[in-house]
Amino acid sequence: MATPFRKILKTKDFVVTAEAAPVKGSNVSKAIEHIELLKDKVDGLNVTDNQSSVMRYPSLGVCLLVKEHGGEPVLQVTCRDRNRLAIQADLLFAYSRGVDNVLCLTGDSIDVGDHKEAKQVFDLDSVQLIHLIHTLNSGQDMAGNELDGNIDFCIGTTATPSADPLEPQLIKVEKKLAAGVEFIQTQAVYELDELKRFVEFVRKIDDKVKILGGIVPVIGAKMAAYMNDNVPGVFIPQHLIDELAQTPKGTGVAKGIEIAARMIRQMREEKICDGVHIMFIGREEKVPDILEAAGLL
Amino acid sequence: MNNCIVAFCCEHSAYPAADLAGKLKLHYPENLRIIRVPCAGRVDLIHILKAFEKGAAAVMVMGCEGGACHHMTGNTRAKERVKYCNLLLREIEADGRLVAMFNLSPNAPHKFVGAVNEITKRIKESGR
Amino acid sequence: MIIAERKPMDEIKRMLAPYKKVLVAGCGTCVTVCWAGGEKEVAILASQLRLARSAEHNEISIFEASVERQCEREMVAEIKDKVTEVEAVISLACGAGVQTMSEMFEDKPVFPGVNTTFIGMPEKEGLWVEMCGACGDCFLDRTGGICPIVRCAKGLLNGPCGGTRKGGKCEIDPDKDCAWVLIYRRLEKQGRLDLMRNYYAPKNYRAVKRPGRIQAAKA
Repeated sequence: MATPFRKILKTKDFVVTAEAAPVKGSNVSKAIEHIELLKDKVDGLNVTDNQSSVMRYPSLGVCLLVKEHGGEPVLQVTCRDRNRLAIQADLLFAYSRGVDNVLCLTGDSIDVGDHKEAKQVFDLDSVQLIHLIHTLNSGQDMAGNELDGNIDFCIGTTATPSADPLEPQLIKVEKKLAAGVEFIQTQAVYELDELKRFVEFVRKIDDKVKILGGIVPVIGAKMAAYMNDNVPGVFIPQHLIDELAQTPKGTGVAKGIEIAARMIRQMREEKICDGVHIMFIGREEKVPDILEAAGLL
Repeated sequence: MNNCIVAFCCEHSAYPAADLAGKLKLHYPENLRIIRVPCAGRVDLIHILKAFEKGAAAVMVMGCEGGACHHMTGNTRAKERVKYCNLLLREIEADGRLVAMFNLSPNAPHKFVGAVNEITKRIKESGR
Repeated sequence: MIIAERKPMDEIKRMLAPYKKVLVAGCGTCVTVCWAGGEKEVAILASQLRLARSAEHNEISIFEASVERQCEREMVAEIKDKVTEVEAVISLACGAGVQTMSEMFEDKPVFPGVNTTFIGMPEKEGLWVEMCGACGDCFLDRTGGICPIVRCAKGLLNGPCGGTRKGGKCEIDPDKDCAWVLIYRRLEKQGRLDLMRNYYAPKNYRAVKRPGRIQAAKA
């Protein structure tokens, strides 16, 4: 049985989480492979919610598998595909099955995904979602009805420290902190100074929230350029793209892991933040390599 | 009117050029119908389309060169309209090249004739 | 005003394929201003259709008529005689106009010749941008006059999202501004950023229960 995430956040010096994206289809064998590979190496395993607006096996489904296999899941909930009724209903189900850590996100737009003609819901935004979960935690639904059964989610959210312009993003972070979150997993950071400044900003407002810096390894200059143009919230600086362009053919993955591990070491040694959130989508099997290179195993 | 070429000729440029071509007995197709306009910019989309409706094989819009338009931007507006007209024709699977803009000066009778010959060539190429 | 865009030609031709006598009906208000369905556009479409059908050796008789506002029964009645003469009508008015015509001439097929797209304004000549989502619960007092429902691609009330592109452009389109960055800049200019710091509760999406219906109080 895994240690509850909330407890880890309170007691561990450097928290480590990773991400697993569900696959397309009803065949969960790959998801189970990744769960088995990572569950004991990380403190929490995030499961994405129709990530990049690509339809996949539901986050909640894989979270249940994580629990079944003895891991600690973090349920990612976006606002893109479900209205307030569906979100509340899903959360009731999640809690009843022991999935009690939630990451609140707005969600990528439909246009970046593979069902480009679908209706975007966005009945709620991420800030409203945080408030909603607090309401559930207090024993009521959004309409003020009493709920039968105790609910106590550990609530987290995202932030984008490298946003440009940054000020509007920070105002939103303020609102999220005011609503009350126990952890923040940031979008990918590539400049630790930006992360430092972000953490300082948050600390002035809330000294208890745990901040996990997001790491998305980049394995090639082309991939980096692609991500800059196509992945929302990602800003890879030119000097990193140049470093990647220098790497000999076939060593891109190793280089990406090296850079990621280097950053994680620095984050930990300089106590820049409270932990790391590793997102290596499509290459979950390489995450242990990063953890090892970063000295976290 | 069938299968003629309609040429909207600006009175400051193409019309005198056409006149000069006539005086010099330069040869150009008999089926050319010249319509004198105060400026190429006076020609609107519907005039061009109506010309085709009435059976024209092609339509020319002829105006002053570059910055020589007596009405400042008449020739540039005409150019944009002709471009849009190409689109309107392509939309109905007609040959967009059968409407074209030409710019010339009033003392360019050979250029005038050259333009008419160019359009005649396009009519042949479009199979009409 | 309402912005519309003429439908693709192949759609229009498909709709009119079975008919030999058709009226193209324009409107003198919104669709005239946005160059989609005014008198000029009626004349151009009519001409294109005659040329196209003639080239297909399937001649069509096209009549043209415009009214000041196609969403007013009184005004539509003015072209009643023209409608009775034809087999079908293609209206270049917005959806409200098309439906008013359909209602008034129930025995005639009335087709939409434009796609009605949004409520907006000309940003510059020939470029129309969406401004209002007709949500029935106007939020503009809280966002410095910039609508987050339609100008934010996700309709967020507590924006921006984390996907804003460099320089404050929208996640979905690098040519579009992030509405929340615009809101931030506008409120900052006015010294009212406190409005952006407020938490806004989930929107009442049932402010207008479609189909909308408003009864004015009698004078």
